[in-house]
Amino acid sequence: MLAKQGTAYYVPHGSHWPIVGSVGLFSLMIGASSWLNEAAFGKYLFLVGVAILVTMMAGWFGNVIAESESGAYNLQVDKSFRMGMSWFIFSEVMFFAAFFGALFYVRNLSVPWLGGAGNNFFTNLLNWETFQAAWPTNGPANVGGDYETMSPWGLPAINTLILLTSGATITVAHHAIKEGNRRLLNIFLFLTFALGFLFVGLQGYEYYHAYNDLNLTMASGVYGSTFFMITGFHGMHVTVGAIMLTVIWFRTMKGHFLPEHHFGFEAVAWYWHFVDVVWLLLFIFVYWL
Amino acid sequence: MSQVDTHSHTDHHDDHHDHGPAKGLKRWLFTTNHKDIGTMYLIFSLVMFMTGGAMAMVIRAELFQPGLQLVEPGFFNQMTTMHALIMVFGAVMPATVGLANWMIPIMIGAPDMALPRMNNWSFWILPFAFTMLLSTLIMPGGGPAGGWTMYPPLIQQTGVALPFLIFAIHMMGVSSIMGAINIVVTIMNMRAPGMTLLKMPLFVWTWLITAYLLVAVMPVLAGGVTMLLTDQYFGTTFFNAAGGGDPVMFQHIFWFFGHPEVYIMILPAFGIISEIIPTFSRKPLFGYESMVYATASIAFLSFIVWAHHMFTVGMPIAGQLFFMFSTMMIAVPTGVKVFNWISTMWRGAMTFETPMLFSLAFVFLFTIGGFSGLMLAIAPADFQYHDTYFVVAHFHYVLVPGAVFAIMAGVYYWLPKWTGNMYDETLGKVHFWMSTIFVNVLFFPQHFLGLAGMPRRIPDYATQFADFNMISSIGGFGFGLSQLLFIYVVIKCAKGGVKATDKVWDEPRGLEWTLSSPPPYHSFSVAPEIK
Repeated sequence: MLAKQGTAYYVPHGSHWPIVGSVGLFSLMIGASSWLNEAAFGKYLFLVGVAILVTMMAGWFGNVIAESESGAYNLQVDKSFRMGMSWFIFSEVMFFAAFFGALFYVRNLSVPWLGGAGNNFFTNLLNWETFQAAWPTNGPANVGGDYETMSPWGLPAINTLILLTSGATITVAHHAIKEGNRRLLNIFLFLTFALGFLFVGLQGYEYYHAYNDLNLTMASGVYGSTFFMITGFHGMHVTVGAIMLTVIWFRTMKGHFLPEHHFGFEAVAWYWHFVDVVWLLLFIFVYWL
Repeated sequence: MSQVDTHSHTDHHDDHHDHGPAKGLKRWLFTTNHKDIGTMYLIFSLVMFMTGGAMAMVIRAELFQPGLQLVEPGFFNQMTTMHALIMVFGAVMPATVGLANWMIPIMIGAPDMALPRMNNWSFWILPFAFTMLLSTLIMPGGGPAGGWTMYPPLIQQTGVALPFLIFAIHMMGVSSIMGAINIVVTIMNMRAPGMTLLKMPLFVWTWLITAYLLVAVMPVLAGGVTMLLTDQYFGTTFFNAAGGGDPVMFQHIFWFFGHPEVYIMILPAFGIISEIIPTFSRKPLFGYESMVYATASIAFLSFIVWAHHMFTVGMPIAGQLFFMFSTMMIAVPTGVKVFNWISTMWRGAMTFETPMLFSLAFVFLFTIGGFSGLMLAIAPADFQYHDTYFVVAHFHYVLVPGAVFAIMAGVYYWLPKWTGNMYDETLGKVHFWMSTIFVNVLFFPQHFLGLAGMPRRIPDYATQFADFNMISSIGGFGFGLSQLLFIYVVIKCAKGGVKATDKVWDEPRGLEWTLSSPPPYHSFSVAPEIK
């Protein structure tokens, strides 16, 4: 299949997908902004934008898959993809770093300062006299009302096991693809995204529990803010990762990839390990400590 | 552009990149060609430069005299905010990305950028993002007016425009990250055989490091503005002390992005200057390797100095000292660069064509901006200068006769290569002298205004500041008008003129000068040999 792999670097034809993507992104962003401003059309424009972006991704990735399967990509192109994916994951690391940075800042600096630490004696005395700095907190004004925190040793611990197991199953799948064992590959890739969706489902249940039983919401002061923003963005990334794994699974079922040429699989596997590592940090610093 | 077709048939090696450019609008919408995309970036940047410039004219017109005469204070604040956002994200950054797109593949002997379709998307997000940002000006309540730094709680009074501002920034971030990834991958993976890292032109080096900064900090900005959005619309309290958050935390997040951002704007400028000065001094760049290490040092330091933008927020004294000394340390690698440029000129057979004139003005005037930066780095002194016109003068010196002059130098330097025609040297020199004189009339008096206590971002002022403001405004109008001449020179050159040779200048270094002027639509389909 890849026998006629070219020696020249593959420079694609003009493509209409990027401009379609821009139009999609534009409607999504305008729609979301209008939705937040309570304009009636906002939600619909947002959904139109999502639909255009999904179409764009299907079409664009479809082109890339077809080109890859036709052997258009030589090793140098493969290397470009690898580097591109690594740097993309690095940018994602920095995105999460902003939220973890916010978590560490409030826990170690701003909450103690509100309690009078350092040279902030008068901040506490004059503004928030009864406030005792502690973590978790919803702030001196008890924003969002009384709430209970999420215990790490229930669902979160189970979710940790699920994600770690999925990290192991995708590694088995990777060895299988390299050894040409397609049956094992298909089974373990299926297990991986099944575990991924199970994780997302349990996170959804945990959110339901938090909102309905614990009165723990996004508006529960800075504990609720950091809790839901970090777990929420992580959950979005797991969802995206699980969808990507599903797409790769459909490709392996169709017989795509070779033992020595399967960048699409590896890229998604890297991404999956990335969301796994973020979860471990999250479990330690958001749920546990 | 008319010659492009004649070259294209010579260099297709497989079925995929045949032909020259497509015809009409499709060429520009669908293109995957680094030269087309570079051209679009540069034109877009020029349009944004004039848009942001028009806003600067409104600001200087209002400040021409004390009192309120032309615009409402609210609109004035929208102008200062939008002027900054447009100049940073719309003018300077796309201009350097445009130069990177045009020059990097040629300078390293690559057939194109590594990820050509993504390259197209990086550009085509921008016009939509800026349409969204500019549209806020006609919304109820007007555009964002809390300054481009978007500090809460002030920015949360924005109203309808806030989500549009934030999502426009998200789009610009997506564009920048994709563009930066493309540049890193191109440089790391697409170099011609023999082009080792330490043989790369300095423009390529500075862009490699800039791209790393972009990938590292644009997501942090995205995270920060997302927290602003959820604080406003979803009840989170990241920046609200009542809920345990801290408005100052936004400033930390913002400047963790914002300080590397200023190097994102200036490092490519350093690269351009490092290309031009050797050519017109007819000597190789002095201290090439030390230039590379200095650039990397500046990039590293840029991550640990951010809080010098916020000395007055009430940081612990240890924090103030750390950020003061780390900031001052940046003067060392920057000094290495300035001395290297000067040493390059030492005993060179110098000539003074327009690109060289802009480069010389850059070295001199950027250094003035660097020195005022050192003054601002001194924490106790900064308490006096903070949020005054001294700060405005400082960062305009590093950005206008700094980054913008370097971009213009680069445009004059490579324009004959791009178009195949020489620009009008006389008009170029007139443009240079008008720009240089007026930019100093515009910004130098602002140092005095700031030291005397005039606050920034304010539409009216005490009468004691009247004289210097009037002088500054005259400089501003002059500088603005001078740029119309720049547009004329560029258009005239694109349309025709004396044919440029392949080398254009007298024995310049670099692969770009081995190609025809203009270069073929697809260059280096077969990698050149680097000795």
